[in-house]
Order: sequence, then C-alpha cells, then structure tokens
Amino acid sequence: MIEERISEWRSYLRRRKTIESMDVDELEDHLRSQVSDLREAGLDEEEAFLIGVKRLGELDALSREFAREHSERLWKRLVVTDAEEDGVDWSGEALVALGLAVAAGAAIKVPEIFGLSLEDGGPAAESFYIRNFSLFALPFLAGFFAWKRGLEPARMLGLAAPFILGILAVNLLPFEPAGHTEVLAAIHLPMALWLAVGIGYAGGAWRSHEHRMNYVRFSGEWFIYYVLIALGGGVLMGFTMFVFGAIGRDAEWLLNSWILPCGVMGAVIIAGWLVEAKQSVIENMAPVLTLLFTPLFTLMLLAFLATMLWTGSSIDVEREVLIGFDLLLVLVVGLLLYSISARDPRAEPGFFDVLQLVLVVCALLVDALALWAILARISAFGFSPNRVAALGENLILVVNLGWSAVLYARFVRRRGGFAPLERWQTAYLPVYAVWAWIVVVVFPLLFRFQ
Amino acid sequence: MDRIPPPGMDIGKDLVAASATPLVLAILSEGESYGYAIIKRVDELSSGALRWTDGMLYPVLHRLERNGLVEANWGRSESGRRRKYYRLTAEGSAELSNQQRQWQVVNETLRATPFTSFRLAPQGI
Repeated sequence: MIEERISEWRSYLRRRKTIESMDVDELEDHLRSQVSDLREAGLDEEEAFLIGVKRLGELDALSREFAREHSERLWKRLVVTDAEEDGVDWSGEALVALGLAVAAGAAIKVPEIFGLSLEDGGPAAESFYIRNFSLFALPFLAGFFAWKRGLEPARMLGLAAPFILGILAVNLLPFEPAGHTEVLAAIHLPMALWLAVGIGYAGGAWRSHEHRMNYVRFSGEWFIYYVLIALGGGVLMGFTMFVFGAIGRDAEWLLNSWILPCGVMGAVIIAGWLVEAKQSVIENMAPVLTLLFTPLFTLMLLAFLATMLWTGSSIDVEREVLIGFDLLLVLVVGLLLYSISARDPRAEPGFFDVLQLVLVVCALLVDALALWAILARISAFGFSPNRVAALGENLILVVNLGWSAVLYARFVRRRGGFAPLERWQTAYLPVYAVWAWIVVVVFPLLFRFQ
Repeated sequence: MDRIPPPGMDIGKDLVAASATPLVLAILSEGESYGYAIIKRVDELSSGALRWTDGMLYPVLHRLERNGLVEANWGRSESGRRRKYYRLTAEGSAELSNQQRQWQVVNETLRATPFTSFRLAPQGI
C-alpha cells in the first residue's frame, strides 16, 4: 500500500525535468524516514504518507528551487550515458550501434583486399565504388533497426530482399563505366534503400500510416545529425592535417584512405542511433527549420514569379535547369512534409497553413513555366536517360504537390480536415520507392547501359 | 536556554533563507549527517520555530556540494536504504568561520542600536 503510493509519488516527481533520479532517491529516503517517525508517533500509514509529502513542499515550488540550483538540467543533456535516467539501459544499444558503425566503416575497406583501391584504382574501381557506395552503410542501419525492433526471421528476409536486389542489380548489370545509367543507378539506389530501411524502422509494419510518418520524422532528424557529425568530422580532419603538418608529417593518406571513408559510413549508423536514443529528449529540429524557411522560400518564389511577369523574361533552358527545378520541388515537398509531420492535426487552419499553400502553389506555377520551356526543347533533343529520369521525377513531384494543394485548399477553407493531407503524403511514399527502383533496375535495360 | 522563542512565532522567509547556509554548515560541523537528520536537528535546536519546507533543504545542500563546502557520498541507512550523507570539507569549515564573523558583525550592530532595548510585546493578545 505505502510502497504503491511511494512509487506513484516517485514517478510523478520524475516527470519534472529539473529533478533527477538521484535527487528522487534522496527525497524518497527523506520521505520514508519522515513516515516511519510519524508512524512511531502513532499515525497510520496513510496519514504519515500525506504529512510527509506535504512537508516536502509543493511540487512546483520544489522543482523551481531545484531548477535554480541545477539550471543546466533545463538544457537537456546531449550525451546518452546515464543508464538510470529513464529506466532504460542504453549501454546495450550503444554497443550494438557502435559495433555496426565499425562494421560499416570496415565494410568499405573490404573491396581493397580484392585489389579495388578507393583512391587510385583506375576506372574499374571508381565505377565499383560509385555503384556500391550506399551498400556499405545502409544494410547495417537496417540491421540495427531489425535488431532493435526484434524483427521475426520471416520479416528479416523481407527486409533483406531489397538490399540483395540492390547488390545484384548494380553489380551484375553490365553498366558502361561512368555512363549515364550507371550514375543514375548510383544516385537512385540510396533513395530506394533508404525507404527499405524504413521497413526495418517500422519493425516490418510499413503499411501503418503512423510508422511511415515516424520514419519521415526520423529521416529529417537523421539528416540534421548527419550534417552536424560531418561538420565535426571536417574540423577533426582539418586539425589532424594541421598537427601532423606541424611536425613535418603528411597525414593526408590517413585521412583519405581511412578516416574519411570509414567515418562517412560509420556516421550513418551513429546518426541513426542518436536520433533513436534522443527522439524524446531533444526538440525535433527539422520542423523548426521548416518553420523558419517556409516563409523565406515563399517570398523568394513570389519575387521570382513577379520578376518574370514584370520583365517578361523566360527561363533559359540549360542542361541543368530541369534538375534544378526538380530539386526545388523536392525542397518544397520536404518543407510540406516536415511541417505536416510536426503539426497537430486537430489544430484549426492558421496563417502558417495559408503560407504553406501559397508556397505549394508558387512552386507548381514555377515548375509549370519551367516544364513548358523544357518540353519544347526535349522534342528536339530526343530522350536520354537523364532527361527521362528528370522528367519522371518532375511528374511524380508535381502530382504530389498538385493534390496536396487541393487538399490544403480544402483544409484552409474548412471544407476538409488535416488528416487527408497527412495520409496523402504517407500513402505517396511507396511511389518514390517504386520510381527509384525503376531507375536502378529498368533504366539500364531500357537504355542499353549507356 | 534563552534562545527558545515564544510559541507561534513565524520567522520571515528571507531570514530563513539567509540563515540556511550557516545553519547547515554548523550542523555538519558536528559530524556527517543526511537531509532528514539535518531538518530534525534544526527543528530541535529552534524548538520548532525554524520550520523549513523539507524539500527546500536539498537544493541548498546541492549548492554547497557544488561549491565544495560539503562533500557527499551514498551510503546505507540502518534499514539498508540508500542514503546520501554530507560531510563538511576544509573549505566548508573556513566558510563556517567566515559566516560566524559576518553574523557576529550583524549581531553586534543590532545590539548597538535601540533594537535590543525594545520590549518584546506580550504574546497572545
């Protein structure tokens, strides 16, 4: 009875950010001493407990007092070492993640045993690394999730299938070295595999809307962590060069053949693990960045459209223009996706939703103008793998944004809820995967590996 | 003892806060102790006039620990419970004598004023 009350009280106390479990232990000892003294004085358990809790002080005041003394606790700590923290043992997970990161770092060195040098192995080795670079780290990340979610063997096979398909496709198809289809396959394989990692992330339940949305959130945070780790890695490498240079030793070989490649691969798993471990602890960054940049991109696109109208200038169709506009659409879809992922679906439409709608409509207009300019040229140039890929991507993104605009407009005018918009985005994810696989597997065959 | 205050007297919040550090340091100078025992000792010494909200003692102890005036270690109570014990450090002793001087100055200054010649108003009317 008293034990129950005390454990309830403990968990209540633990919810305060500024009171840590050590402090709770200390306060519990106090409470128990108080209770046993009061019991000796003749009170019953219930009364003793109530008085003890009351004497400890009002919880709000208490946690404020602790906050004043331990202000650093409000800056939730970044390093996940405190095993007791939430009653979860991180150490096992940390070890597995570290092991997998080392394995991924080692994996990229394995082909060297077979004479494929990363640095100067000639065109054959270069082509091999271009095609395979996503296959060194992503299987380990998928493995991490398979382990963490305790995937059943049957589902494990399902998770392994896309990776096996990827390995076979890029290594058995007779690509022309440095040809268009090879480069396209190399770019699209990571996208296809990233969505496959999502199957592992969802613990096999990839059909679930919630799991897909969580994976979208995970992907955004992962990307941010990865960029941060890369920045740190850059600083580390700069100093390595500097300190060894200061004693007249050249450390470049160490950086180029070990630290850089192994770090790039290992960081994929480390970033994934950190996002997993920290998801509840840190405010998600991707939605914050979205909030910051949605207005700015909307302004930029509006200014662009206005300038085009005002000056009557048309889009100059260069080679990279189509890809550039594809990237613009990717960015807008990303902004849309992350603002959706962080939005409370029950909230009423507000100013930010209107802004988001304006952004999507602007992007569609700009893209329509670009497509208009490009289509005229494409009939003259004919179909190359690059152009077909870029056009296909454009089409996929336009369909997504077009329907999103319709759903968003309905929502803003209160003719529909927010949920359909969310569902549309998560339902659309497999389309990206299917397209990526088409580019990896079908394009080479279609364009005869050129 | 002449420091027994009349019953029902309430000591102001600011004074309680100001006296917390010297009191805790002085009690710890009697030997190693822990939170609940410190509270009980304060209660006993002031005959119940200095009542702290029990929980508030801990942030004070943690601050003293951070500043190196006391050191803490986890031990066991008689009943085997985990308990955090605090002990005065050399720095803590120095701080205690420092505080002693300061309070003495305050005390002497007050005595030199008409403050002490004021008659205590009879209680209970």
